[in-house]
Amino acid sequence: MVMEIRPIMERSRALEAPPPPSSWREGPSSKSLELYSYIVSLFRRKSFARGVHPDTHKSTAGKPIRRLPYAPRISLPLAQHIGKPAVPLVRPGEEVVRGQPIARADGFLSVPLHSPVTGRVEAIRLHPSASGAWVESIIIHAYASSTQEVLWREPRDMDSLGPEEILAAVKDCGMVGLGGAAFPSHVKLSIPPERRIHTLVVNGCECEPYLTCDHRTMIEHPADLMRGIGYAMRAVGARRAIIGVEDNKPDAVAALTPFLPTDGRVSMEMVQTKYPQGAEKMLIKSLLNLEVPAGGLPLDIGVVVNNVGTLTLLGRLLPAGEGLTERVVTVTGPAVKRPGNFWVPLGTPIRHVLQCSGVLDGDPHPELEVVLGGSMMGQAITSLDTPVTKGVTGILVYDRESVMRETVTKVYPCIKCGECVQACPMGLNPALLGMLAAKRDYDSMSVDYHLADCFECGCCTWVCPSGIPLVQQFRAAKGLLRARAA
Amino acid sequence: MTELRSAPHERLGLSVESIMLNVVLALLPIALFSIWLYGLSALVLLLTSVIVCLATERLFNHLSGQSSTLGDWSAMITGILLALVLPPSFPLWMTAVAAVAAMGLGKILFGGLGMNVFNPALVGRAFVQAAFPSAIATWVPSYAPNRFHEFIPTTLTPPLMIPPDITAWTKAVSADAFTGATPLAMWKFQHQLTAPEDLILGIATASVGETSAMLILVCGLYLALRGMLDWRIPVGMMGSAIALAYAFHLYNPDFFPPPFFVLLSGGLMLGALFMATDMATSPVTPLAVWVYAILIGLVTVLIRYFGGLSEGVMYAILFGNALAPLLDRSLPTRVFGRRKARKVAS
Repeated sequence: MVMEIRPIMERSRALEAPPPPSSWREGPSSKSLELYSYIVSLFRRKSFARGVHPDTHKSTAGKPIRRLPYAPRISLPLAQHIGKPAVPLVRPGEEVVRGQPIARADGFLSVPLHSPVTGRVEAIRLHPSASGAWVESIIIHAYASSTQEVLWREPRDMDSLGPEEILAAVKDCGMVGLGGAAFPSHVKLSIPPERRIHTLVVNGCECEPYLTCDHRTMIEHPADLMRGIGYAMRAVGARRAIIGVEDNKPDAVAALTPFLPTDGRVSMEMVQTKYPQGAEKMLIKSLLNLEVPAGGLPLDIGVVVNNVGTLTLLGRLLPAGEGLTERVVTVTGPAVKRPGNFWVPLGTPIRHVLQCSGVLDGDPHPELEVVLGGSMMGQAITSLDTPVTKGVTGILVYDRESVMRETVTKVYPCIKCGECVQACPMGLNPALLGMLAAKRDYDSMSVDYHLADCFECGCCTWVCPSGIPLVQQFRAAKGLLRARAA
Repeated sequence: MTELRSAPHERLGLSVESIMLNVVLALLPIALFSIWLYGLSALVLLLTSVIVCLATERLFNHLSGQSSTLGDWSAMITGILLALVLPPSFPLWMTAVAAVAAMGLGKILFGGLGMNVFNPALVGRAFVQAAFPSAIATWVPSYAPNRFHEFIPTTLTPPLMIPPDITAWTKAVSADAFTGATPLAMWKFQHQLTAPEDLILGIATASVGETSAMLILVCGLYLALRGMLDWRIPVGMMGSAIALAYAFHLYNPDFFPPPFFVLLSGGLMLGALFMATDMATSPVTPLAVWVYAILIGLVTVLIRYFGGLSEGVMYAILFGNALAPLLDRSLPTRVFGRRKARKVAS
């Protein structure tokens, strides 16, 4: 650990030193410096060890974010976030306006909900969710004739707020990590008093294949993003922020560069296009060459990571005093006739989104696989009535042919080729873990081979020539170990 | 209405069959070249070895009630590799014994594909080395004039019979004085050095497939470029063999041969590129792979210089195979965010 602490010390000393007299972006030698950093980047692309290079399939990267027509009926699960479900504030039959809080947070690890539409609450009942389980949801009938403009807001003067008040504002707007984790943002931004944060890492990698929602957000809403970064830096007390963008998105870098504050506290770094570059721990390693200790959090090494989508919406919603009612969703995949990026009101049924993007044209009951998220970590859903929730980054639809093509028909025994060992970003030995899983030796998996460090990125399964469902076995093993511990 | 699969929803698309098939393809030029050198005998040797290997695997599939596993091509690889490491004059019935030993003892006994500890082809070869020590040390010259019309006399030895003496035949077919010894044996017992160009082009006396160092290197390079061969193993093995040979050569240039000779002669090239790289019997963690490769290179040179045999690659690789699981356990990967790799008590 001694080796790894030194960079922090050096970096924090560098931060306390007075800034250089002129920013290099304005200096006369900026061109040669740019060339120099480009040449350096050719030899040392910022990255982490191992990982994989799946096809990116970012065909929707050039498609501007558009709006979809409102669905006639939306369903908002009370638990769209990690933590305790929200508590409803409305009753069936009540009229709500767009932006109005309809459920309150229940405790610290919880966030409120706001109505994405103007309409009438039909019921509070069980409704299908992404996991397949039916969960308590608020069902709202949207008024077809309404303007659907945000009618409920409490604008605030952000400049006068201290860190605690910013955190309260973040919680009030119901923000969660929009990169897919759906972890309440105010909890992530709450730093224990004994910790000091030196860097806010802004995650603009979007390493998952197919997804382009963050990419488009960076291009289309750079000012909101910079504002959001400023609020987050104030909330955590970070002196600087680094935006990490994969080097397959030069247009996003070009769009953001003019908006970088001149004081140099926010910088941008290109990182290698490699999966899972956007995983928190990997991005910190790539940008800062720091390793989050096993079982620890980024804040243990003085870093907080936030997704660009989250910060962009914070930058827009906090000063306006609005709640989180919609998010950007990428709709794509082999079965989608009109792919694109859309502002989708929360609670919109997936069926409605698919109808709008041409998936269900003609045949209303085609054989499909509908995945929420990207192809590496996305979750297939059982019902098209599942609503878009705060953590849905994309809707990826495979038709029958592509499912057949990608489905492994024959599983061979492990031939110990070691591809998975060379792919695992966490440095685990998936081949050995897989063999232990087959033997049901779950204790050895967790005690001797660090199963808990696996964050289920799926690289091992992706490369495995034998077609062994490694990451699936690890998920099952973790579940069994959790069940046994409980 | 919907398919349900667990993430990841797409895959790289590399399969066991495609890896194994590519290894077969990479071995074909070497096999064809050996047929060009030794004619009919090499051809029937290859055919016998492959057919018996496939038949043995199929028979055991049948006995254990499995469906056929021939489709994974791995039995085919064992068959070809086994033929390539036998001398061209090897009697066919002994080849069949070697093939049954390779598949039965080397692979199926351990549980089939991926479960075997030792390289099956080398198990077969080691078995006949012990069983038929004189037949496996009988060498014949390449480019025999009638090689496409007649067999080497020993090839068609009736089953369970001792092969006839072929000294007279060898004298008749070879133009110059053929010594009946491999380059390594010539160096070891007569202290004669073979010219490097002969070793590179495959003119030298050797096993069926160990003749042309250059051809083997090119075929191995094809696999390495396709990512189906772990380049670290040949690099580590050949590098350590050269380094140790060079050290010995510096110490006593008169007694120890120059390093190029160690690299190009015998089965080192074939062993480094196609035997030691066998996925099932080599380690997986990065450090273990390097230790494994370097160890095999060193042991090869030590056996060649100080052992009773002139060739050491086979036993060196079998030795490395035996250590591989231990190396994987004692040299685990360093897990991200942990100080250093922790040894696992076995």
